[in-house]
Amino acid sequence: MCGLAGIWHPDQRAVDATALGNMTRVLAHRGPDGEGFHHEPGLGFGHRRLAVIDLLTGQQPLANEDGTIWAVMNGEIFNYVELRADLERRGHRFRTQSDTETLVHLYEEKGLDFVADLNGQFAIALWDRPRRRLVLLRDRVGIRPLFHATLPDGSLLFGSEMKGLFAHGALQAEIDPIAIGQIATLWASIPPRTPFKGVEELGPGRMLVLENGRRSERRYWRHEFPAAGDYEDRPLAYWQDSVRELLQDAVTLQLRSDVPVATYLSGGLDSSILTALVQARQRRKLLTFSVGFTDARYDEREFQSRMMAHLQTDHRQIEMDERAIGEAFSEVVRLSERPMVRTAPSAMLVLAGLVRENGIKVVLTGEGADEVFGGYNIFREDKARRFWARNPQSACRPLLLSGLYGYVRRDERAESAWRQFFRGDLGNTADPYYSHRIRWRNSAQITRLLAPDFRAAMQDDEALMAELDAYLEPDRGRWHPLCRAQHLEMTLFMSGYLLNSQGDRMMMGRSVEGRVPFLDHRLIELAARIPPRYKIRAMKEKYILKRSFSDLLPPAIVERPKQPYRTPIAACFAAGHDHLAARLLQPDMLERGGMANPRAIDTLLRKMREADAGLGERDQMGLALVASLQLLQHHFVAPLSPGGMRKPVTARTIPAA
Amino acid sequence: MSDSMHDTIRAYILENYLFTDDAAALGLGDSLVGRGIVDSTGMLEIILFVEEQFGVKVKDEDMVAENFDSVSKIVDYVHRQQPA
Repeated sequence: MCGLAGIWHPDQRAVDATALGNMTRVLAHRGPDGEGFHHEPGLGFGHRRLAVIDLLTGQQPLANEDGTIWAVMNGEIFNYVELRADLERRGHRFRTQSDTETLVHLYEEKGLDFVADLNGQFAIALWDRPRRRLVLLRDRVGIRPLFHATLPDGSLLFGSEMKGLFAHGALQAEIDPIAIGQIATLWASIPPRTPFKGVEELGPGRMLVLENGRRSERRYWRHEFPAAGDYEDRPLAYWQDSVRELLQDAVTLQLRSDVPVATYLSGGLDSSILTALVQARQRRKLLTFSVGFTDARYDEREFQSRMMAHLQTDHRQIEMDERAIGEAFSEVVRLSERPMVRTAPSAMLVLAGLVRENGIKVVLTGEGADEVFGGYNIFREDKARRFWARNPQSACRPLLLSGLYGYVRRDERAESAWRQFFRGDLGNTADPYYSHRIRWRNSAQITRLLAPDFRAAMQDDEALMAELDAYLEPDRGRWHPLCRAQHLEMTLFMSGYLLNSQGDRMMMGRSVEGRVPFLDHRLIELAARIPPRYKIRAMKEKYILKRSFSDLLPPAIVERPKQPYRTPIAACFAAGHDHLAARLLQPDMLERGGMANPRAIDTLLRKMREADAGLGERDQMGLALVASLQLLQHHFVAPLSPGGMRKPVTARTIPAA
Repeated sequence: MSDSMHDTIRAYILENYLFTDDAAALGLGDSLVGRGIVDSTGMLEIILFVEEQFGVKVKDEDMVAENFDSVSKIVDYVHRQQPA
């Protein structure tokens, strides 16, 4: 697991070694264990290494037998053992034990199709000298990041993080209002668009090929589902056994490591299943890590303790409060390089620090299970809305939706407002974005907190949706509604936010590699074939997953309703905090930043102080967006606050009960 | 067909509201509301399940105990809705 950087010139001129060195060194947090370079006319690769597999000889860049094919990789190829055995049978000679070396030999065998054989999480740059072909590619769902930028002379810069590209010196960071509008609406920007003009993200499942003066982007994998009504007729037990078998295999593969591996244990279903599977495959006592919150509404420690006791793991946890979340937020934005409508990454960053302090470099997490197996509330909400829409006049049907949010009997006015909110859309079930449209429309309102000029430079709704349409799978209209919603969650929220801002960037920021067995592509493909009624049984989420693993877990964990991983927002930025994120929300700083509407923010902050109930969900997301936008400007474009804040982020570490 | 429909509906209720696989825990004629097995949201979930599973559409006026208060009543109701 590592960081990579590179420069490609359309001609054979020498690459600037100082510039490449700068691009590589700014990624040192991703790879503190070593550094390597490869230079030849027209091309340079740089690499920072976090040593996890083949500790002795796994330095990169790596070449094939005659030095004509070169590769650098950030990530892991989990099936490298099997691939290598096959390649050796075909006569390839290996110099190292590294998983990266399989890439160059496999490419020799199969050309660009080699990627189909890879099971892993990776961003790769590969150079084929005889063809003068540069290949950049990224894993199927975007677990590892990869960015590139084209300079006016046609040269290409690429790297694991955008700050690597800026470190080259030829590229000026400028925030793209269109990307910010997309993030405010969809919670992610649509690749290749990034928050910075001129910097492109290579989308998941894609490869970029530069050859003979041509540049082409190819899709090598698609997140697809059968057409609705076109599912295999198999009994529930078949799917249950298949899921169980494949997840077990994915975990076994992902435990391949030459250093000890730990897990994150949130107390929810997914990380509990994962931890139980890992524990069963380890001889020594497993280390597990979690976050607790002082605010009981967000805290899951009761369930973490239950799993810890059940599995007898050696558990460590941090406790976060609003101040700690707010303090870490500046570093979060510097690492994630995106504005966001959440503060949850702060806790993940501090947690990764704790992992590293405990001498652990590799952590398995339950990320992806909600997308793959249907765990999110928005899926059930979609189902309940469609149930109501079958008879919009019904007095009974809306109660299923109310039940989902616990409003029934609690508050009649909230109940009536809730119905009003959803009623208008009952006729639109044919809308391909039915599940998400209401949420997007609501979320987009937070752009009102931005300066009129900045807002005017964003896309209108039609242009935004056209860009989204073009990015998503063209066949999705034929899928079951649940699958359409899953595709949106996986493509936007998971690939565009969760896996980077909450995953890769926070962990790599503390030199920790995350692994996500639920996102083994074989499991994603299997789950896509499972009939939707087995994923969400009536209103029970992740039904097949629960069925498959209920014997491993205490019933209280299996039957527990899903609790989304959330953290407080507004209270983290409230007046009284002296950290950078709070300071950058003050009127003079907002004026200086030029992107936000200072009056609107002032109104929000005042409302927060005066209203007992605090701010609503949308206002909180808006505050997070503006705070992160200010921080993005401060870290990458021009410092807004003199001196910034360089105090290291800490949180109390407390022993597990 | 009818036997398997009984089994499917009973299995769903056992698993989701009684948390057991033991068919003896729920008689086909047992009252779901009377025994406190489901509340109003639970009843709607059962209706959702029946619509999803058997392709019927339940009218508001049909969402009453006479049609949904036991496994047998549900099966009878679904049969009446399905074309012969």
